[in-house]
Amino acid sequence: MNVAVITFPGSNCDQDCVRSVELASGSARYVWHREVSLGDSDAVIVPGGFAHGDYLRPGAIARFSPIMDAVIDFGRGGGLVIGICNGFQVLCEAGLLPGALLRNRSLRFQSHDCFMRVERADTPYTGDYRVGQVIGMPLSHADGNYYADPDTLAALEAEGRVVFRYCDADGTVTQEANPNGSLNSIAGIANAQGNVLGMMPHPDRAIEAVLGSMDGLPLFTSLVGALARAEVA
Amino acid sequence: MSTGNGVAPRPGDPPITPELVDEHGLSPDEFAQVRRILGRDPTFTELGVFSAMWSEHCGYKNSKRLLRLLPTQAPWVIQGPGENAGVIDVGEGNALAFKIESHNHPSAVEPYQGAATGIGGILRDVFTMGARPVATLNSLHFGDLDRPRVRYLFGGVVKGIGDYGNCVGIPSTGGEVYFDRGYEENPIVNAMCLGLMRTEDLIRGTAEGVGNTLMAVGARTGRDGIHGATFASEELSEGDDEASRPQVQVGDPFTEKLLLEASLELIASGHIVGIQDMGAAGLTSSGSEMAGRSGTGVEMDVALVPVREDGMTPYEILLSESQERMLVVAAAGREDAVREILEKWELEAATIGSVTASGTFRVLEDGVVVADIPALPLTEGCPTYERPGEEGDEVHALRTMDISPCAEPPAGLRDAFLRVVGSPNVASKQWVYEQYDTTVRANSIERPGGDAGVIRIPGTNRGVAASTDCNGRHTYLNPRAGAMGAVAEAARNVACTGAVPMAITNCLNFGSPLKTHIMYQFREAVLGMRDACAHFETPVTGGNVSFYNETDGKAVYPTPVIGMIGVIGNLDTIVRHAFRDAGDAIFLLGTNTGELGGSEYLYAVHDLVAGEPPGVDLAAERTLQRCVLAMAASRVLSSAHDVASGGLAATLTESCLGRPRKGGGVGAAVRFEDALPDTALLFGEDQGRVVVSCTPGDEEQVRRLAVDFGVPCTRIGTVTGAGSALRIETVSSALRLELDVLRERYFGAIPGIMNEAG
Repeated sequence: MNVAVITFPGSNCDQDCVRSVELASGSARYVWHREVSLGDSDAVIVPGGFAHGDYLRPGAIARFSPIMDAVIDFGRGGGLVIGICNGFQVLCEAGLLPGALLRNRSLRFQSHDCFMRVERADTPYTGDYRVGQVIGMPLSHADGNYYADPDTLAALEAEGRVVFRYCDADGTVTQEANPNGSLNSIAGIANAQGNVLGMMPHPDRAIEAVLGSMDGLPLFTSLVGALARAEVA
Repeated sequence: MSTGNGVAPRPGDPPITPELVDEHGLSPDEFAQVRRILGRDPTFTELGVFSAMWSEHCGYKNSKRLLRLLPTQAPWVIQGPGENAGVIDVGEGNALAFKIESHNHPSAVEPYQGAATGIGGILRDVFTMGARPVATLNSLHFGDLDRPRVRYLFGGVVKGIGDYGNCVGIPSTGGEVYFDRGYEENPIVNAMCLGLMRTEDLIRGTAEGVGNTLMAVGARTGRDGIHGATFASEELSEGDDEASRPQVQVGDPFTEKLLLEASLELIASGHIVGIQDMGAAGLTSSGSEMAGRSGTGVEMDVALVPVREDGMTPYEILLSESQERMLVVAAAGREDAVREILEKWELEAATIGSVTASGTFRVLEDGVVVADIPALPLTEGCPTYERPGEEGDEVHALRTMDISPCAEPPAGLRDAFLRVVGSPNVASKQWVYEQYDTTVRANSIERPGGDAGVIRIPGTNRGVAASTDCNGRHTYLNPRAGAMGAVAEAARNVACTGAVPMAITNCLNFGSPLKTHIMYQFREAVLGMRDACAHFETPVTGGNVSFYNETDGKAVYPTPVIGMIGVIGNLDTIVRHAFRDAGDAIFLLGTNTGELGGSEYLYAVHDLVAGEPPGVDLAAERTLQRCVLAMAASRVLSSAHDVASGGLAATLTESCLGRPRKGGGVGAAVRFEDALPDTALLFGEDQGRVVVSCTPGDEEQVRRLAVDFGVPCTRIGTVTGAGSALRIETVSSALRLELDVLRERYFGAIPGIMNEAG
């Protein structure tokens, strides 16, 4: 069982992701963006940061990093891929997930805690959550305003591919609790096959009580559990 | 014609005239000193080099003699002043590098880039010690927010800090923001960085080993920021906005991130013996200082320095302050290995010269010598001055003004309370710190908004607390008491989280030292700082002096910013500022004396900066802090929050409201028996006070510890739970402040101004 954490030159959360997997009793290793193979990886995490500075558009250049062809093949072949924050932006640019992350409604960088409602507990990433569970964790981005065209959005909802939705502390989805203007308060989505997940908030910063929240840890334990079951099967 | 040592003027160089010397900021006496050092006239290039190195910014010529009075040593200090950053031992084999630096002048001209490059510079100072930056803080002082230009500066500075630090991936864990007309034209923008390393990984900015190779690493050298150090050592004047733009550098945080990772990898590789940021005065200061510290010499050829544009002269290459560059001394024969690491990070490394035994800073252009200067006299021989000082008449009149008539609030106590709590100085800085990434690297234990930020030392259960503090109004009215108060408040903030104050870095922001009333402020502030640091055993490990913060003759308030570091040995004992549970007992530690001089109340309600600011009883302050630390260590506290700007009104409001959350917060009922006027009691900024709370079961233990330490401890009330109000009774009044109203004032003030005024 081995999780590959992709390191672009401007990745800032690669270490946080490796530690998260380790705290979930999994093992992870760094894969440099110039490599062309994922080796014997069983899952991939594309971490947060500013992959290539993002002076153009977040993820626009990262999509062309040598490792990305392997990540795209891996994801299309059904491999488990998570993109967190900048990683979500990269996966959208790479076409593994639909839609785009636009500039926040406030037009400012935003760094604060948010609440999300778990909409699906039957994905490989959310098995250790309950449907309707309200989880809190930090978010930290300038471009997290999820947008997709009406057909895509309708398909995401109809197929139950919205995995996390911004809400208030009671689990109610309101515009006030939507931090960045995302359509349908979308915080995280999956691809059609359900093996690729993208999310803007940071589960990798909510893995220990001392950090103020452990609500991110089940995401990593779910992943590690899914991989362990796959190994047995 | 040769002028000695093979140094010849370069064709096209202007002749060295008294006017040219004057334009370079050197006095006739200083120029005579230059000639004595060289034994001849300098070339134009050499004149530029001396001008930069003997500027106030690099040479500390008007501050050095006084700064020598500051305590700099303690058993836990690994590196004191004089290096890129100070370093202290923080336990379990870990060392902390930290420093604060100003970027006031560039930020006044171009707030976004000025502030951004300030962050870049301070990060480089820390990672060139071998430490990975783990947190930044800042201290920002602006004019009043009702001025459009101030809002432009404030918005630009905050965005500049955020965009740079966020991209590099360093969490911001705290800081302070003040607004007062004393900073109308000249904002104070100070950035602090903390970095962690294993003690054995420490590296210094030295050029050891004759024959080792000098390499220019990172971004290419351009024409930006030439003479930035000299620019920072002059007053601004009307119209400088446009004319000074070329002296402001442009930041590239992505290159900084690459440089950070490459530098740490280089240091870990063992291929290099020294590394230094090309900061103020660029290649000149880094080259000569590394040689000066090692007692060696350096020789470099500017034709080998990678440049951004053709036709740059040696003068320009030596004095460029292009950002994101490093000077590295590679072990001879390891140059290719160095280049390989830099290439991985998509950066350049060019061999530009070598370490020599000559003791000189020798520069060639295509093999022709253009400068040859003894390194140590260049870096250490800057003439120093101790100028006379005397308190200014204006401030004397304000300080001794009778402010007792102001004890009466014109529109009543409740109105005054809400004005103080809703003043941008007291109000939540959420609008600011939410633009900074506060949680990246997943070690932020206490984020901005409390008394001090706390970062975990990875792999341990230890933490480092940090706070930046300076109440400029207090230092304006009484620089000695104000500076002492800044150290006391910073130490108290750190202690309130349960961390032991260990050491400080300082950033001394003043007007022109050539004026007697400014020199008085500077001298008094240094003396106050000396006494407080000695008493608290928190030595100064480095910092920065920024003079000439003036526009058209009007100086900023003297603003000696303190960046305090504390260490918390067990993160389980951390204490936070918010009240917790209904029924908890609230105590005041310390004594109310009702000092309204220089208070936020006087400014917000009476539009007045006057009176004698609060003094500091150093012995009582230290005892108080030790008492709070003992309470934290025995885990009897539910909360601890210091009393500072805005007085008890601000402290109680903040402890009730806690973190910004819809409907969050708890109420409290408190009663004071002090025989003081209501305003003096609620808004006085007397030092040496902390409001703590504890469960009823721990009440006895809190009282006993206070008695043990001899700290006055008064039960003032009870936490009353969610959804209620803050109720305050005094001997003459009763106030009921609904949490919704307080929340709106406290959290709504700055967003209200910035979102609506635009």
